[in-house]
Amino acid sequence: MIVYQYVSEVFFFLLVVLTLFGGLLAVKARVLMHSVLGLAVTFLGVAGLYLYLGSIFLSMMQILIYLGAIGIVLVFGVMVGYTPRQVVEEKIRGENVLLAVPTCLAGFAMLWIAIGRTEWASAPERINDFALKSVGKALLYDFCLAFELISVLLLIAVVGAIIVVNSQED
Amino acid sequence: MASNSLMAYLTVAAFLLIIGIYGIVQKRTFIGMLISAELILNGAGLNFMAFNRFLSPDPAVGQVITLIIMGIAAAEAAIGVSFILAVYKKFRTIDPTRLSSLKR
Repeated sequence: MIVYQYVSEVFFFLLVVLTLFGGLLAVKARVLMHSVLGLAVTFLGVAGLYLYLGSIFLSMMQILIYLGAIGIVLVFGVMVGYTPRQVVEEKIRGENVLLAVPTCLAGFAMLWIAIGRTEWASAPERINDFALKSVGKALLYDFCLAFELISVLLLIAVVGAIIVVNSQED
Repeated sequence: MASNSLMAYLTVAAFLLIIGIYGIVQKRTFIGMLISAELILNGAGLNFMAFNRFLSPDPAVGQVITLIIMGIAAAEAAIGVSFILAVYKKFRTIDPTRLSSLKR
């Protein structure tokens, strides 16, 4: 039992390191394709964290939607839109980094202190479970309007994307 | 145990949010900004799932909200990439600071 817990903790830390490393690579990479690859690593790490948070379904959806759909769309955008000469980004100027890094570190410190000092009130009892059946019921009974609106939004997005790309033909 | 504490997940989510904001500020290409926006949305989803696991009385609600965030992120990526392709066809540049046809 103890060995099992240690192995689980080690895998958890590996997933956290994978997520953080992927995020850093996505932001700091000079080549755009490396940036997309870092984003894919982050998606995989977050999918593993969803497993630890008790939802196999969301983990599979993360891999399917984020890693499959959005990753492919971003790779497509990088490879179609840009000529190879322009793929490498220009170097950012020094004073901008000097301004951006301390600002972001200060923002992270503020968030972290706020997280640490808050006393989270947990729910007195669970009225439901993590099963896929209850997710489906919530999606089709309680959140039916949001579910339908998401499908309309996706339809509008796809049709709008086609129209926007096609309107530049002349 | 770190994998059973709310603090660890919230810290990872806050890191994703902050590094996404840093990327949006610092990137010099449109698609880099889009990648950073995806990082922010991922942090939001991780936050919802963490609260769902530890604090919520009904664990189905957070999963539904995270699914809706994924749908919005997919729509946003499709629209964003189509805009980037249209702008590239018209202006022949990937630098956001050079799109200044109204200024001249």
